[in-house]
Amino acid sequence: MKPLRQYNKDRVSGVVLLVLGIAIVAQGLEYRMGALTRMGAGFIPVVLGTLLALVGVAIWVTAEPGDFGTAKSMPTEWRGWLCVLGGVLAFVVFGIYGGLVPATFLSVFIAALGDRGSSVRVAALLAAGITVAGVLIFVYGLSMTFPLFTWG
Amino acid sequence: MGQALHDLWYGFGVALVPNHLMWSVFGVLLGNLIGVLPGMGALTAISMLLPLTYVIAPIPAILMLAGIFYGSMYGGAIGAILLNLPSHPPHAVTCIDGYPMTQQGRGGAALGVTMMASFFAASVGILIMIFLSPLLEVVAFKFGPTEISAIMLLGLLAGATMSRGSPLKGVAMTIFGLFIGAVGTDVISGTQRYNFGINELSDGVDLAALSLGLFGVADFLVTINRKVIKASDAKVRMRDMRPTRAEMKQAFLPMLRGTAVGCLFGAMPGTGPTITTFIAYALERKIAKDPSRFGKGAIEGVAAPEAAAHSKTQVDFIPTMSLGIPGDAVMALLLGALIIKGIQPGPQMISEHPDIFWGLIASFWIGNVLLIILNVPMIGVWVKLLQVPYRLLYPSALFFICIGVYSTHNSLFDVIEVAAFGVVGAIFLALDFPMAPIVLGYVLGPLLEENFRRAMLLARGNLAVYLTRPIAAWIIGACTLLILAQLYSYARRTRTPAPLPAEELLAE
Repeated sequence: MKPLRQYNKDRVSGVVLLVLGIAIVAQGLEYRMGALTRMGAGFIPVVLGTLLALVGVAIWVTAEPGDFGTAKSMPTEWRGWLCVLGGVLAFVVFGIYGGLVPATFLSVFIAALGDRGSSVRVAALLAAGITVAGVLIFVYGLSMTFPLFTWG
Repeated sequence: MGQALHDLWYGFGVALVPNHLMWSVFGVLLGNLIGVLPGMGALTAISMLLPLTYVIAPIPAILMLAGIFYGSMYGGAIGAILLNLPSHPPHAVTCIDGYPMTQQGRGGAALGVTMMASFFAASVGILIMIFLSPLLEVVAFKFGPTEISAIMLLGLLAGATMSRGSPLKGVAMTIFGLFIGAVGTDVISGTQRYNFGINELSDGVDLAALSLGLFGVADFLVTINRKVIKASDAKVRMRDMRPTRAEMKQAFLPMLRGTAVGCLFGAMPGTGPTITTFIAYALERKIAKDPSRFGKGAIEGVAAPEAAAHSKTQVDFIPTMSLGIPGDAVMALLLGALIIKGIQPGPQMISEHPDIFWGLIASFWIGNVLLIILNVPMIGVWVKLLQVPYRLLYPSALFFICIGVYSTHNSLFDVIEVAAFGVVGAIFLALDFPMAPIVLGYVLGPLLEENFRRAMLLARGNLAVYLTRPIAAWIIGACTLLILAQLYSYARRTRTPAPLPAEELLAE
């Protein structure tokens, strides 16, 4: 498969919207439709899904050939992506199995490693600083309920 | 008139309650601080602090959010002028002439003019709001579910098509936002929709999670290791901020014109702030004696768009508060915060919650005065903040996003939502979709659906009611006009590939 940036962005956009619209309609048909007088829960979502699919088709049709948009100037950046997302997910995982202190430290540490100009030492220092500040502000300052250390 | 002044006096009483004033100051300060930080705009600032408002009372909460909003707009102008870095899209225009001024050593003066223009424009906007809102309130009482759903449609259409970029993509994102708003329990039948068996989704998608995913995480995903954000070496001291007499004279009329442009566009629901600043800038360049000065540090190019942005911001509150229809994504966030607090903006709001409405207006003025007081002596601090490298900034912001979203419901599931919307947002950003209409659609979605279904119930399913009721017919007419204008400009563009003025400006 070609990387995304070699496709026409409007063609890709159109397909994405079409698929999304169809999926919304397919799921929406599971709910009661009703009629215009008494609309069921599924009515509006089905209408929205249909419109979304139609707009997708319109974008596909009106796509200007050779228009790659910003995707062209966006090379894949796996390290950055994985670290930013990993940082958020680390907060969730270590928030459950660990508590606020490890969750904060690890999420900031992982996220900071995503920048190519960063080093392990800088990331660790930043993570330690944010952890102290976070605990002080949120637990002692705003008395938020989040155990500092916990297991499951 | 007399009534409005009386109400305003009452508003000052509300806004000056020490507890309220404290939150207002806090919001302005924090908004300014976050706005200055490279890459953090008003939307990020408000979304990050949104969770904090859940724990405080409605009045201080809304005063604080409004403070964050205009505080971050001031802060954003500093980054735009000194660093050539528009962290909030409306400031993109300010960069065109603001940054050359910095290079010529007049960055301080540009900031000073920005501050004056903003304060002046905001004051005019506030005055218009004071005298126009009660009038609009009278009109709004004639609005039934039919009219309300029609005007929401108009606002959504305008928001989708009148921003920068492809109108079709704006429409697509609006529909996507409306759909996101439909997730959760259907208010009329109680059916669970699109929750895929996940219990946490039965209350719908969380506003903070959605906006922080779209404006925070998605932005980090797109920016990381891509944009080289240079630290500023500009040194600005307090006395540099005073513009010369000649500069003042040059900036005066553009400031008035910018204010007028902003007021005009603020009254139209759905027109974004970015397009307003572009129009103000284009107008200045058009009527200038020597248009070639623009782009090389013309002070008019700083004063007019900044004035337009600030007067629009204030006037924007009119449709948001009196009709419950937000003008742009920031207003949508404020509206969402009010709804979470159990306050339904709309025609009844001014009479039911006069303390919020008039307190908010009074706090605008207090906040704008505070900003001047804060910004002049603290400019040195803000300039220092501009030098915080991005690699330290985004991990810290990411933590505040996570804990902020967690704190709204003490739920880690919401943090997963942030990650999910971050990915979705980044994909849409890469495909050149605008983000703001999603939030607009999300906030208005449930309201639109409820009003539309109620209107149809009353009209026994007869869609023609939108054409037989006069006010609704006018609004639907305006919607049609909007669509026709878009079709016309599309047809013209495909025949002669001449760039639109806004695009031409952007290309510079």
